[in-house]
Amino acid sequence: MAVETSTWATKKGLAQMLKGGVIMDVVTPEQARIAEEAGAVAVMALERVPADIRADGGVARMSDPVMIVGIMAAVSIPVMAKARIGHFVEAQVLEALGVDYVDESEVLTPADEENHIDKHAFKVPFVCGARDLGEALRRISEGAAMMRTKGEAGTGNIVEAVRHIRSVNAGIRRLQSMREDELYAAAKELRAPYDVVAAVARDGKLPVVNFVAGGIATPSDAALAMQLGAEGVFVGSGIFKSDDPARMANAIVQATTHFDDAAIIAEVSKGLGAPMRGIGLEAIPEGERLAVRGW
Amino acid sequence: MRIGVLAVQGAFVEHARMLRAIGVEPVDVRLPADLVGLAGLILPGGESTAMRRLVDRWGLRAPILDLARGGAPILGTCAGMILLAADIADGDPPVFGLLDVTVRRNAFGRQLDSFEADIAVPILGDSPVHGIFIRAPIVERVGPGVAVVACLDDGRVVAVRERNILATAFHPELAGEMRFHRLLATMAAEHADPGEGAGRRPHPTRRSVASA
Repeated sequence: MAVETSTWATKKGLAQMLKGGVIMDVVTPEQARIAEEAGAVAVMALERVPADIRADGGVARMSDPVMIVGIMAAVSIPVMAKARIGHFVEAQVLEALGVDYVDESEVLTPADEENHIDKHAFKVPFVCGARDLGEALRRISEGAAMMRTKGEAGTGNIVEAVRHIRSVNAGIRRLQSMREDELYAAAKELRAPYDVVAAVARDGKLPVVNFVAGGIATPSDAALAMQLGAEGVFVGSGIFKSDDPARMANAIVQATTHFDDAAIIAEVSKGLGAPMRGIGLEAIPEGERLAVRGW
Repeated sequence: MRIGVLAVQGAFVEHARMLRAIGVEPVDVRLPADLVGLAGLILPGGESTAMRRLVDRWGLRAPILDLARGGAPILGTCAGMILLAADIADGDPPVFGLLDVTVRRNAFGRQLDSFEADIAVPILGDSPVHGIFIRAPIVERVGPGVAVVACLDDGRVVAVRERNILATAFHPELAGEMRFHRLLATMAAEHADPGEGAGRRPHPTRRSVASA
């Protein structure tokens, strides 16, 4: 019996198993257990949630391996961790630690302003962020086995997440409306390989699972992302920066499952306490926006 | 004939697509009302810890048990197998407990140990099944009424059947493998419409009054 590990099907397949679920940012094993208990399908292990990274400034890097390993030991669900854009050695370290997914993330300070990580070269699967279809297809051609639209992390403001998921899906619909001979020019315009572009035009969806991230702070935010076509959601600062993280986490899980049932979303939204405070986008100078990182 | 797919979380869309491909109408199951009139049910892959909480939160446990005890066939893949097991090694209490086996979660390790392999499944014919195992469970103990449907070369059990309950540690829905879905559909059709003379022979997917 020939056994093959770390194949494209297993990389992409884990993301398929996470669909319809909520992936939560956690900074301690204790938070990871709260997330698992609330019904998270995976946790993102990091040192500081994006809201704190934003507040602290400075260079944001991969987390301390001790913290990541501690979280891996604390829960039975998959554990993801972030590497800087283009920092393939951080990704090698995360692979050596045995994390289940690496997030090549704009939330950390980029290490390379031209190249992303060659993700085909790794056994561990990668998730990457995108603001539009071209960016998503470039990441997939580099080997990303899962996508997430970026939003603006650490703001508790859903507006950018909405912009990005709409943009990706509008891009897909546009490809679907094209004649086959127009897809070559479309690939050039999207700055993405023709084969991936043609596959998207044919299937009407990305070839990998696509979640929404960045700014989700309430059950309604999660359901909005799902109704706009997300296959699941990442919630970063929105849970552990809220008044009652366990209840908020649970409510967001329920709203993600029942995203098209307003009566249930109303029910689970009752008495959650204050969500994270949030920041208006106009309050963030252009140079401090995270979503624009990535090329 | 309609077959449900538990749609609280996980790869339910893939199973629905497989059902459609063999001409069966799939129904997403998120609430007890969705179970009415179903001839069978699929419990998909996903995260079993999340799925168990959603099953309990929305009162799905009792009606799914009723469906199974009435003889409707149920197919569980990966996390679905964990939900069906009567015993989970070193883990949480059982969810449905319909399958007299002990399963171990993440038995092969973490994601880096996920793998693909061709495995023999004699009840489905001679050509092997392409198994995709993702942080997969394994069956560690098989109860007396449970038939082993597939093993790895080293003898570890990865698919089982007990009466109307069928479970695999791998993902036929990710490999375009339709035979498990066809088997489920056949069992569901026999359950929903046994046909003339059905009362005179023992039925493979129906419990007798005495054992119910």
